[in-house]
Amino acid sequence: MHRPAYMTMDAKTSPGRQDAGQTIAGAVGSPIPHDSAHLHVSGEAIYVDDIPERQDLLHLAVGMSARPHAKIRKMDLSAVRRAPGVVAVMTAADIPGENNCGPVIADDPIFAPGLVQYVGQSVFAVAAETVDQARKAAKLATIEYEDLEAILDPRAALAAGSFVLPSETITRGDSQAALADAKHRLQGSLNVGGQDQFYLEGQIATALPAEDGDLYLYSSTQHPGEVQHLVAAAIGKLSKDVVVECRRMGGAFGGKESQPALIACIAGLMADKTGRACKLRLDRDDDMIMTGKRHDFVIDYDVGFDATGRIEGIEFMFASRCGMSADLSGAINDRTMFHCDNAYYLENVSIVSHRCKTHTVSNTAFRGFGGPQGMFGIEYVVDEIARYLGKDPLEVRKKNFYGVGERDITPYQQKIRDNIIEEIVSAVEKSADYQERRKEIRAFNKESEILRRGIALTPVKFGISFTATHLNQAGALVHVYTDGTVHLNHGGTEMGQGLFTKVAQVVAEELQIDIDRIKIMASDTSKVPNASATAASSGSDINGKAAQAAAAKIKRRLIRFAAKHFAVPKDDIEFINNRVRIGAESISFEDLIKRAWFARISLSATGFYRTPKINYDRSTFSGRPFFYYAYGAAVSEVIIDTLTGENRILRVDILHDCGESLNPAIDMGQIEGGFSQGAGWLTSEELCWNSDGELTTHAPSTYKIPTCSDLPVDFRAKMFEAGRNREPTIYRSKAVGEPPLMLSLSVFHALRDAVASVGGDRCRPQLDAPATPESVLKAVTAMQAEGGSS
Amino acid sequence: MSERIGITVTVNGTRYEREVEPRLLLVQLIREELRLTGTHIGCDTSYCGACTILLDGEPVKSCTMLAVQADGGEVLTVEGLEKDGKLHPLQEAFSEHHGLQCGYCTPGMLMSAYYLLEQNPDPSNAEIRKGIQGNLCRCTGYKNIFAAISDAAAKMQTGS
Repeated sequence: MHRPAYMTMDAKTSPGRQDAGQTIAGAVGSPIPHDSAHLHVSGEAIYVDDIPERQDLLHLAVGMSARPHAKIRKMDLSAVRRAPGVVAVMTAADIPGENNCGPVIADDPIFAPGLVQYVGQSVFAVAAETVDQARKAAKLATIEYEDLEAILDPRAALAAGSFVLPSETITRGDSQAALADAKHRLQGSLNVGGQDQFYLEGQIATALPAEDGDLYLYSSTQHPGEVQHLVAAAIGKLSKDVVVECRRMGGAFGGKESQPALIACIAGLMADKTGRACKLRLDRDDDMIMTGKRHDFVIDYDVGFDATGRIEGIEFMFASRCGMSADLSGAINDRTMFHCDNAYYLENVSIVSHRCKTHTVSNTAFRGFGGPQGMFGIEYVVDEIARYLGKDPLEVRKKNFYGVGERDITPYQQKIRDNIIEEIVSAVEKSADYQERRKEIRAFNKESEILRRGIALTPVKFGISFTATHLNQAGALVHVYTDGTVHLNHGGTEMGQGLFTKVAQVVAEELQIDIDRIKIMASDTSKVPNASATAASSGSDINGKAAQAAAAKIKRRLIRFAAKHFAVPKDDIEFINNRVRIGAESISFEDLIKRAWFARISLSATGFYRTPKINYDRSTFSGRPFFYYAYGAAVSEVIIDTLTGENRILRVDILHDCGESLNPAIDMGQIEGGFSQGAGWLTSEELCWNSDGELTTHAPSTYKIPTCSDLPVDFRAKMFEAGRNREPTIYRSKAVGEPPLMLSLSVFHALRDAVASVGGDRCRPQLDAPATPESVLKAVTAMQAEGGSS
Repeated sequence: MSERIGITVTVNGTRYEREVEPRLLLVQLIREELRLTGTHIGCDTSYCGACTILLDGEPVKSCTMLAVQADGGEVLTVEGLEKDGKLHPLQEAFSEHHGLQCGYCTPGMLMSAYYLLEQNPDPSNAEIRKGIQGNLCRCTGYKNIFAAISDAAAKMQTGS
């Protein structure tokens, strides 16, 4: 194996830490590569589909609904059963336990029970000897439908009063009075599109029957515990009868938070029924049709403001496409409400959120989890205000920022104690030379008839913690073996984000041993139970703390032992760089471990963490849902072709706050990758449904995620050097999974800036997201039709 | 079962003779028959590039080529990049420069990059863009992939 010279890279030295040379390899703060990098590049990393198959393995395929909303009048599966290689067929009637894979509310059937509610809904499954046989057989079903009225978009759902969950409202102050009294007032409607996660590794699960009716599952999932619970319920057994393991995912982005349960339940049910190993790997098109995506929203706003652009009152209406079931839509739409302030103080505010039931696939988690759409709303409004007043949007943004020590209470009554947005925005404004470039771009646009440029700076403030307080807990399990090496388990999952690397760095730091002495184990429900999904950017925060607690527990036992054994005071024992100083003596870590084992000291421990200080009452939407906030800002410059709408990102400057980063290289990857994914959401990734409720963009041929050609020509991302979490998070770092995605709002507003140049002064182009070339061209054409200069 | 056809394919320097169904995809031959699972299936339709391999020195999306079309050919997969127990400079560079996160696109990306450097040992940024535009990465935003390819090219030039 190619064990990595890079593991000996020096740690970031900072006051209080050991000098380089005395430092362990892979200390906290060192930019070591991903723990699996050497396996990724050699092709040896094992994803679920790569696990050697058992000889008895059956392959599964899913029979899907062809209608968006219909009763199943008759279903004839005889041809499916007769097809070559078919071993078993299952429908709703064959499920021994619960026909549900819904994470929060039991409204997500594994197999449609006589009623289908979206095109692509799972109706039955086939097990056959080969993948081809299973997929071919699944096509042979004859299903007679009785069509019912289908609601296919949020506006139609609003009109029909069709919701998956009750609508919610947050109010503060008197928005009506503020709107009535404001000097200026604007109203409008926005559309912001959804997004497919497009993890490169599609949904997959393999279920292996074990003795006594138990099941062992390999599932590509961000939430092994939930898969365990749902599979057990489906097969009519208990959690103790099912183990779920996931070593790594080939990307997830929220798409493997609740969605893997369906895949795993089908695999589990079939394995339970046939007594044979069963694998279900969805074909990419089926994956895109069958599984949920980011919610698209319609947003109405009504805003009143003064002559400087400061918002005096605002009312928002958010309506999202939740699809046919609740899934995670409650928490996602709550997060939209919590983020429609972004970095701005909204004194008099009313936020109404409708969770629309549509006869389309049930939408789900995707990096940002509703936050991006809320931030899209307020950023658009602020941009509108600036254009209406003829001001630089940055000036109006700054005018509305949360204050420090005043104007610092969110609409949900959380006091912001760590506001650094002015500092970050000012720094990137300067380093990106925003003001000069803005002038230069204005001059360029005056001279350039066809090509137009635009620039925008947008801020990000993102709340960190699961808004459902009980999810903010994590467990870990650390074993030390007699040779001084370590097995590390925690409840988090690895989807590429580098969580496993960062948590291992924490344990290395705590025990003061080189990171290559730590074996990072797969997420496994038999090692760490009841773990929350690896989501809400919380992975390192909570699992890092839990693993640290486990290591610290062992360390305390070792110190107690050594103090007694060597007769030195406890506080004269120190773990440093693979050794332990005991009074004036120093022995190697493994030497101490051997002695401790001989003395019958337990060398295994669990660790647990619950996020402190959070306290929030959902019934009133008030309190402290977030432990802290992550901040960032970006300046983007774009160029558009006004004849075609085609566009390109010319330059991006990012400044993002990771606190004291556990691993700056990995965190930088999150910043760049998150930004790029967000830019895809807002510019090129367009989900289209036809009037029959069919998703027409179900493959990368028609659904365009960013390619290397979309990388900004000049891309300058930096971490906020002065970053330090004011809360006692793991080594004062900050969560970084989701926040950078929303830095991409700067791209959207740069495009809007470019489009606005086509109209006259103070024009306010209507630009929907994603700002595809088509959408940009539409906006340009509308500007021209309004009689603006061209 | 349809009839089987005898093929001979050399993969990473080893000659394999197999009787295969005419419908068997090259990626299935590589992954399922030869158990070389470093070549991944991403989109099943040749867009994402996760399954890229070299056939007779040319990059091919192995999910949309039949195994029989590779008869008599020489296939290079990610497992064949390593020489004498030492990683290829591109493999080292992707690791060092964080040109990967989830790793799923990495083998295909490496094969396209390998072909690019074979053809053009000193590519410009624009040429790197063109060279890997058939490979999607959903994690990194591509910047570190560029850095990795540039660095590997430089190291291969100087022989370091």
